[in-house]
Amino acid sequence: MSTPFAIRVWEGQLMTVWRAWRTAVALSLTQPIIFLLGMGLGVGSLVDGRNDAAASLGGLSYLQYLAPALLATAAMTAGSFEATYPVLDGFKWRRTFDAVAVTPIAPRSVVNGLFLWWTTRIVIGSVGVGAALVIIPSTRGWGVPVAMAMSVPVGLAFAAPLAAWTATREDETSFPPIQRFIITPLFLFGGAFYPIESLPLALRPIAWVTPLWHGVQLCRDLTVGPLTLGATLVHIAVVLAWVAAGYLACQITFARRIQR
Amino acid sequence: MASAIASLAVPDPSHPPVIAARSITKRFGDFEAVRGIDFDVARGECFGFLGPNGAGKSSLMRMVSSVSPVTSGELHIFGMDPATNGPAIRARMGVVPQTDNLDQELTVEENLVIYGRYFDLARSQCRDRARELLDFVKLADRAGSRVEPLSGGMKRRLTIARSLMNRPELLLLDEPTTGLDPQARHVLWERLYQLKEQGVTLVLTTHYMDEAEQLCDRLVVMDHGLIVAGGTPRGLIDEHATREVLELRLAASDRSGVAQHIGDLAVRVEDLPDRVLVYTPDGDEALARLRAAGVHPLGSLVRRSSLEDVFLRLTGRTLTD
Repeated sequence: MSTPFAIRVWEGQLMTVWRAWRTAVALSLTQPIIFLLGMGLGVGSLVDGRNDAAASLGGLSYLQYLAPALLATAAMTAGSFEATYPVLDGFKWRRTFDAVAVTPIAPRSVVNGLFLWWTTRIVIGSVGVGAALVIIPSTRGWGVPVAMAMSVPVGLAFAAPLAAWTATREDETSFPPIQRFIITPLFLFGGAFYPIESLPLALRPIAWVTPLWHGVQLCRDLTVGPLTLGATLVHIAVVLAWVAAGYLACQITFARRIQR
Repeated sequence: MASAIASLAVPDPSHPPVIAARSITKRFGDFEAVRGIDFDVARGECFGFLGPNGAGKSSLMRMVSSVSPVTSGELHIFGMDPATNGPAIRARMGVVPQTDNLDQELTVEENLVIYGRYFDLARSQCRDRARELLDFVKLADRAGSRVEPLSGGMKRRLTIARSLMNRPELLLLDEPTTGLDPQARHVLWERLYQLKEQGVTLVLTTHYMDEAEQLCDRLVVMDHGLIVAGGTPRGLIDEHATREVLELRLAASDRSGVAQHIGDLAVRVEDLPDRVLVYTPDGDEALARLRAAGVHPLGSLVRRSSLEDVFLRLTGRTLTD
């Protein structure tokens, strides 16, 4: 019975955000395009002109290098936002989870429903980047839809652990530091804009254990290559490990919060 | 005390109770919000929990609503254990929480439809019931408007309509009329009375004594996580208060001799900063005795004693929060 109930929770989320949707969709479509124009073309013209450029980016132009990575960063942005303020809203301000708690829906289904909703939200974000990837001739290819699909677990790898954390919070004071000290540094140092080999050795392990770098590599390899089985499996394994751990943590913290 | 608890037995033993609680407790860390209470609620009755803030009423309601598990003790609702049959119990129950948790972003009707969907109702069925219930709570003309600008009374009525979407057999109401104006309270009471007529079992918490007297067949008074008295409203008044109360406003010099002047007619005298209350079987006669003794109150009022007197007697006059 848990799947249909989860779908009802997802429906509720969808209905609630329906009004703000056009803005959300417009934002998630325009933001990657702005990044692509600003960074891909602007920075790209500096990078691509250099003699060693092709070697350091694995033979890719800067636009080819950057554009697929935005699938992963957009997923992270969407996932980490959805897991903070909107989740606390459900517990504290709007208290929709309290309202659901007295219906036959179990906390487990609330979590499942939210996972469905986050998936929806991440896919919307990916569509914007995906459209850009298809428009740009040098990134166009059959790998694009696969990379778009892979952006879902990347976004969930952020949404799930963060939501589990949010479920233990009484207020929003920890959210800006999370954004400032986790999400923004990962965005900048997670291999989206330049290879992490450019980073000091000491910083690289952060990229290796956090899901963004793996997501960036995965989306990039799937879109513009080269795709190697071993690396791909490792990337997928790390991302899925974060999703799975986050899912289990959500099941525990949501149940505790709802039933206290 | 023993007699109070005995009176909480279900009136008709041939029907199993809708709610049966045996020594249930609820602990949050070191704090014990509910400290072992017993009660039964029979089908079709209106049962009230009275108590000051912090008495444990809301914790109790959250346990009965099968959301918050009991720390210890036995709780059965519709004969089922919430720990193992939570969803099945909640499917047959409606809950009106203390603070409205309507979705402010949605319209009045959408709030009901979404909620009905949580009970596995088809969309068309949700819309039919929503229309029917909005009529019932007199909000039909606001079906399409957003929740946020509605008045407190309208939001409360909408929350009640929402709690009825699954046609519950048992309706739990946590302080249903707190913060409402008298008109809104009376409309709510009418609706609750109608529901009771239809056979819905009502369980409510309140700290309004008039509400408890109006609505409840039986009630218990809670204080510090325990049941301190229970019975019918009239029975509680008879047991814990006198028939009448004489309220006096007196010059400071007259205050001390009141009990003495009235003698055996003054069962209890309470000396408050603003007035003196005399609990007595005959208020007029007590007043006459006082005047005969040469005491002339600045003001006096003889009234029937109410549940409020019982409540204050049992739970004290000290502010609890």
